[in-house]
Amino acid sequence: MIKNLSYREALNLAMVQEMDRDSNVFVYGLDVPDHKRIFGSTVGLVEKFGSERCFGTPLAEDAMTGFALGSAINGMRPIHIHIRADFLMLAMNQIVNMISNFRYMTGGKLKIPLVIRAIIGRGWGQSAQHSKSLHSFFAHIPGLKVVMPTTPADAKGLLASAIRDDNPVVFLEHRWLYDIIDEVNIDSEALLPLGEPSLLRKGNDLTVVATSWMNVEAMRAAEVLKKYHGTNLEIIDPRTIAPLDYEMIYDSVNKTTHCIVADYDWLYCGFSAEVAARISEHCFNKLKAPVARIGFSPTPCPTTRPLENKFYSNAVDIIRLAEKILNLKPADLAKEDFYSYENKFKGPF
Amino acid sequence: MKDRNTELYRTMYLIRMCEEKIRVHYPSDQLKTPVHLCIGLEAIVAGVIYSLKSDDQVFGTYRNHGIYLAKSGNTDRFFGEMFGKVTGEFQGKAGSMHLSAPENGFMGSSAVVGTTIPLSLGCSFVNQQKNNGRLTAVFFGDGATDEGVFWESLNFACLKKLPLMFICEDNGLAIHSNTSERQGYRSITDIVNQFDCHVIESESTDPEVIADLTEKGISKIYQKNGPVFFHFKYYRYLEHVGINEDFESGYRSREEFEHWHKIDPINLQRAKLIKNGLKESFIQEIENAAIDKIEKSIALASQAPFPPDTDLYQNVLV
Repeated sequence: MIKNLSYREALNLAMVQEMDRDSNVFVYGLDVPDHKRIFGSTVGLVEKFGSERCFGTPLAEDAMTGFALGSAINGMRPIHIHIRADFLMLAMNQIVNMISNFRYMTGGKLKIPLVIRAIIGRGWGQSAQHSKSLHSFFAHIPGLKVVMPTTPADAKGLLASAIRDDNPVVFLEHRWLYDIIDEVNIDSEALLPLGEPSLLRKGNDLTVVATSWMNVEAMRAAEVLKKYHGTNLEIIDPRTIAPLDYEMIYDSVNKTTHCIVADYDWLYCGFSAEVAARISEHCFNKLKAPVARIGFSPTPCPTTRPLENKFYSNAVDIIRLAEKILNLKPADLAKEDFYSYENKFKGPF
Repeated sequence: MKDRNTELYRTMYLIRMCEEKIRVHYPSDQLKTPVHLCIGLEAIVAGVIYSLKSDDQVFGTYRNHGIYLAKSGNTDRFFGEMFGKVTGEFQGKAGSMHLSAPENGFMGSSAVVGTTIPLSLGCSFVNQQKNNGRLTAVFFGDGATDEGVFWESLNFACLKKLPLMFICEDNGLAIHSNTSERQGYRSITDIVNQFDCHVIESESTDPEVIADLTEKGISKIYQKNGPVFFHFKYYRYLEHVGINEDFESGYRSREEFEHWHKIDPINLQRAKLIKNGLKESFIQEIENAAIDKIEKSIALASQAPFPPDTDLYQNVLV
């Protein structure tokens, strides 16, 4: 059954359904059962499943991450939640030295079914320590899956799959996406496969591979480019950063012959570099221009609004880059509205 | 019923001889894995594990050979792993430092200090939730108590009253750094006593004493009093990693070793068996059986094939 849900409701639904289905699933983390409920995503869990299966923790990210591994190898399926992805730095020893290696080091005797949910912050002064996405960090390490959904449907279908997956999954959610409302298949068995990209918009002129919030910017850029130039962007959301089946991306670039990677991250040694390198390897003969990349400025994220505006890439950056690549005269965008967090985006996607 | 003292000796002797045989074969360069030998430590491992049920779960450190042998007893797989061969517990993927035996309840070890301590929290939490009566014991050195994760874990275990045994194997050294160079407090047991945690300490090298203390701790856990912290002193006979003595390198003295060697756990236990009336020939049978088993396992490991190249890609993900 299809229903309109917000991204936060979609996350919540996936957890409720999986906890209903499998009594080994439990959810925990700092302030998970408090009155704010992780921006609403853990609403109702402690009431429905009790404090044994939904509980808060001390401020101890290192130990609480090892706790997940210890419970996973003893038969449970933990979901550990962090209100900011930045805080995962305190858990890196367990994630990179233990969780990612443990199955390999035990010759496949152990399975590590655990999910680490973390939220990417932005705006209102989130600044340098509450704004990182870090998907490239995690995707670099063999033995981890990294998921980064954009739409409510993907949030629900991919989180359910992540919980059922027998591997460790880092699940990264952009805070601004929580307010997006869109159609979601609410059937408990309506899973979406990890590792497959999603075609968000069909087009013939230029491929945009965008992650997380950058898909919202890319969709807006596509509307404007269509209106002023009649140009059609094709937009692909990888949804899973690792592992990832790149065939859809190669097919698209071979068709459009142009590509922008709009990553929600820094560019240097990041996912955008990986995508650009792979497209170069597989589509070199079809490309009419080098793969272009946009992302964060190579600086920490500043607090003050004007500098923060400069730090992040947006729809206008995608429009100007597309115009340049396609040799189009820059459109006058004075009459166009673009997203600003002062007026929240509600969807539909 | 098997005699406890005999069984403790059998386990300790097997551990000691496996380590001694590693020392013999290490120079052949066939065991390409850093070894942290547990010679001197045997009474703690044997005593604790003897007192656990076979399905109780343990975690260890890179100094884990004793735990592996006490939990699984499988010297074929042990030496297979040391030699990096397909007959190893994990076909050579683990080596010495990451050895475990999940099917025997040895759930994991690690070469990064302190990192298995929080795993024991999750493991014991599951047992508590399922009310299955299983205990969890986590072994770690005094160096691990310098790490923040030890204190995070102790706090959480006490908060949740987990059925968990912290086993601190204190040799007074973190690699080559003495306790006095690392710790700005007087007594770890005094501090842990301030937590909601039962504390048991000993400097004994007698495995019977360790086994009795372990049983005492286990009864506390069964009274649902939460975790128990065991503080056991011992002396590391050899260098931190490798097969040699290192009394000439300046950070510790041979005199200290000689003091501890007088109360060597294997020698003490052997003398006790004789005093208890066991025949010399009976003890020699135990010893010969252990050496025979070890020699066969080493021959098997030496002749076994290495894993195929395709194994590189196996078991990164399910």
